[in-house]
Amino acid sequence: MDKYFISIVTSLIMGTLARVLMMKVDYRQYPTYPQAYLSHFTLGIIAAALGAVAIPSIAEKEFVAVTFLALAAQQFRDVRNMERQSLDNIEVTELVPRGTAYIEDIAKTFEARNYMAILTAIGSSIGVYIAIYFKLHWSVQIVIGVVFGAIVIFYLTQMLKGGAIDDIADVRVAEITFEGPLLTIAGVPVMNIGLKESRKIFQDVGIAVEIIPKNPYAVAILGNIGQRQSIQHNAATQLGIRKDLDEPDFTPIARRNPENGNIVMALITMESDAEALVEVVKRSPVLESSKRKPVDAAGNHKNREK
Amino acid sequence: MDIGIKENIVAIVTINKDIVSSSSAPIFYAENEEQRERVALLIAKTTRGMVHDLEIGTYIIVRH
Repeated sequence: MDKYFISIVTSLIMGTLARVLMMKVDYRQYPTYPQAYLSHFTLGIIAAALGAVAIPSIAEKEFVAVTFLALAAQQFRDVRNMERQSLDNIEVTELVPRGTAYIEDIAKTFEARNYMAILTAIGSSIGVYIAIYFKLHWSVQIVIGVVFGAIVIFYLTQMLKGGAIDDIADVRVAEITFEGPLLTIAGVPVMNIGLKESRKIFQDVGIAVEIIPKNPYAVAILGNIGQRQSIQHNAATQLGIRKDLDEPDFTPIARRNPENGNIVMALITMESDAEALVEVVKRSPVLESSKRKPVDAAGNHKNREK
Repeated sequence: MDIGIKENIVAIVTINKDIVSSSSAPIFYAENEEQRERVALLIAKTTRGMVHDLEIGTYIIVRH
């Protein structure tokens, strides 16, 4: 065991670090609450430990030990299930639901982060192993292990960094008007508001945005209902929505302009700050499940020539 | 689990008797616009429905 002490400890720490770093990337990436924090931290340690022993067991020609990694994969699929279930369970308690696509995205992210811990641990134990192979001093072994781990962390964080709406579309403040009872934003009829009182509230304190896709890909992405639902959820939770369960009038609805694929959305917040709404929408994540590449499709010759 | 009927007209509130006839949703006849507004609001609050204006003197309340 002594032989691999440095390897295992270094990679265990690097793997756990990878998981911990991902917890702090963004305040929106639920959960950063104490209980969930601890459970994901612990799972991160387990993942890192599994990665850490992979290389030593191969070095000892204990190939069977590697099959434990398969067990780990199974285990972390359960992490995805756990996240999905817990988010599904609280979905009914949300004023503006996340939507299944967003939940699926979050759940997948949590699974992927555990794999990241495993891969980082494997990366740094490879580093240490190389150093051992060249019979370098133990401190150099640690340094090489840390460097390898850091490289893996760096590349994986870059890879896992999904885009934001800002990358695929321009967001600007739009004006709310009423065509009879129809709430209209930038020429797109959104919904029929019957009560005059609600209409007045929309006209007085309502804020609205128009999301203008930059390219045909973005049109398809923003057309996705799950994507729109996640934007609604993000905007409502971050700005604080002025709505209760019995006031469906103020539910934010992101509607699409069928002519050009622009998305419009109105929101009644506690404090009307249209610029803040634009900022929140810009920072909303682009869901993995909504990503499309219609222009690259085989039959789509016309667009491809452009 | 939340079970209920959705996307359904739960009530009709109107000041125009000639134009509405329903066999499913209850109809409430209001005397004037003010009363229609009030009745619609009360029904909507009770049923958690949303009020829509059909512009023919008639509101419908729909659960979404």
